[in-house]
Amino acid sequence: MSALYEFCLRMGDSTLVLGHRVSEWCGLAPVLEEDIALANTALDLIGQTQLWLGLAAEVEGSGKTADDLAFLRDVWDFRNALLCELPNGDFGQTLMRQYLFDEWHLGMLKALQGSSDDRVSAIADKAVKEASYHLERSRDTVIGLGDGTEESHARMQAALDYLYPYVGEFFIADALDDAAAKEGIAPELNSLKAGYDAAIAATMNAATLTLPESKFAHKGGRTGRTHTEHLGHMLTNMQWLQRAYPGASW
Amino acid sequence: MYAQMVKSTGEGVKARADMSPEEAAFQDKIDADIKIEPKDWMPEGYRKTLIRQIGQHAHSEIVGQLPEGNWITRAPTLERKAILLAKVQDEAGHGLYLYCAAETLGVSRDELTKDLLSGRMKYSSIFNYPTLTWADMGAVGWLVDGAAIMNQVPLQRTSYGPYSRAMIRICKEESFHQRQGFHIMMKMVEGSEAQKKMAQDALNRFWYPSLMMFGPSDKDSVHSAQSLAWKIKMDSNDELRQKFVDQTAPQAKLLGLTIPDENLAWNEEKGGYDFSEPDWGEFFDVVKGNGPCNTDRLAARNKAWDDGAWVRDGLLAHAEKRAARKTAAE
Repeated sequence: MSALYEFCLRMGDSTLVLGHRVSEWCGLAPVLEEDIALANTALDLIGQTQLWLGLAAEVEGSGKTADDLAFLRDVWDFRNALLCELPNGDFGQTLMRQYLFDEWHLGMLKALQGSSDDRVSAIADKAVKEASYHLERSRDTVIGLGDGTEESHARMQAALDYLYPYVGEFFIADALDDAAAKEGIAPELNSLKAGYDAAIAATMNAATLTLPESKFAHKGGRTGRTHTEHLGHMLTNMQWLQRAYPGASW
Repeated sequence: MYAQMVKSTGEGVKARADMSPEEAAFQDKIDADIKIEPKDWMPEGYRKTLIRQIGQHAHSEIVGQLPEGNWITRAPTLERKAILLAKVQDEAGHGLYLYCAAETLGVSRDELTKDLLSGRMKYSSIFNYPTLTWADMGAVGWLVDGAAIMNQVPLQRTSYGPYSRAMIRICKEESFHQRQGFHIMMKMVEGSEAQKKMAQDALNRFWYPSLMMFGPSDKDSVHSAQSLAWKIKMDSNDELRQKFVDQTAPQAKLLGLTIPDENLAWNEEKGGYDFSEPDWGEFFDVVKGNGPCNTDRLAARNKAWDDGAWVRDGLLAHAEKRAARKTAAE
């Protein structure tokens, strides 16, 4: 399969899976403004998924649609970063996951604005505005809750400790990532790392949170080598109607 | 309309001769369609009735996210998922405008929330019914939002300025909600046998609860008479229910679905449909807390509020720290 196809799946599956997770919050947020913001974030991510998976389907060229890719593939075909599929946990864990993703996502999208493929750069141009807003909000919330009460601080530290081992995957390239970089479709993954590390160090400092010392990284989601057990349950829910009524139009 | 059986003063409409000069001037403004604004003088009964009505409407928007949230994670396509997310986001936004409108009457959002969570204030009975299949997302948009619009459109002209302005914004979004619901139903009836069955089943379950949304007949209600005089209520419950049936019956026919009412028939003489009343016994059971989902809905709201306490406290503590640091630096 082409590097472009694979790259689109890696972007689109991450936005799909994270968008789905965030949508699970509907109506259950701590305050009304957060309900609106969470729904808005989920909506943006699902919108981006339509573009990435739409492009993947176009590149693949066998007449599939973005919906076919989203609803009719099983776990082993998903190419999202593992971080995105981890459960919501409490509100702090959800926002910490969002922040760790947004910081990478915005850096990636900015680099993709210079992609050699016009379709990729067009998606990045649209998504970069949304991701900037997501980052602003998730960063402010992480700082606010980290530097809030004793309880909120402890919860945010626990969230960071749980999630941090999943960020390294964003920067570990395989042969397909190298091919995408070589073709100028996407940046070298490692080129985004210094900026990311500096940004999260500054945020955690402002949030009075401590980054874990271990740099161990769980990986395998983006390459499809493995996923967590959580993804299968999400797909069971997400894909249910399409699976139960094959071929129906909705 | 998401407010039902809102109590007013209970004393009926005051005769002009019994009004104080302030009350007479107030009624004159209302009769002349001049909006009442937050700083204007208003009778205590007007203020209290509005708080009850706007509060109940706001609560309905908030609780109303739950039956649809039940299907966001199972929406069958990316587009349907995006539309449903946009819709529930709108509903949370409606809740926000309405709480803000209520706050101009001297009650805080936290106080209203407390009353919702304790069960002291109500939300619309319709949200105590379960959403069992994807077709229910169609039925909720088509019938529930359709019924809501019937009342909200005239309320754009209501006498209280902030409420009227909130309603104008809300109405713009509600018509999109109703259209997307009808569109879901259209796709279902054009689809497989199973989808058609799902659509008919959704209509069967949501028809009478939708008729109940307007509340029981209020032609003899002293509360409604006062609310009508104050232009807090613009039409009687029966008038709105009739309008709703007249609008919806041809739509059901277009969809090829059967409204579950053997008595539904066009009445040439009155220029509207005859139809059966819903089971008002069931309605009062739901209002008293005995609907299929009352316990679950209230428990979900309470859990969200309780689980979120540490977040609200944390963000407040941070804001205070920042303010203190800013003061210290100056």
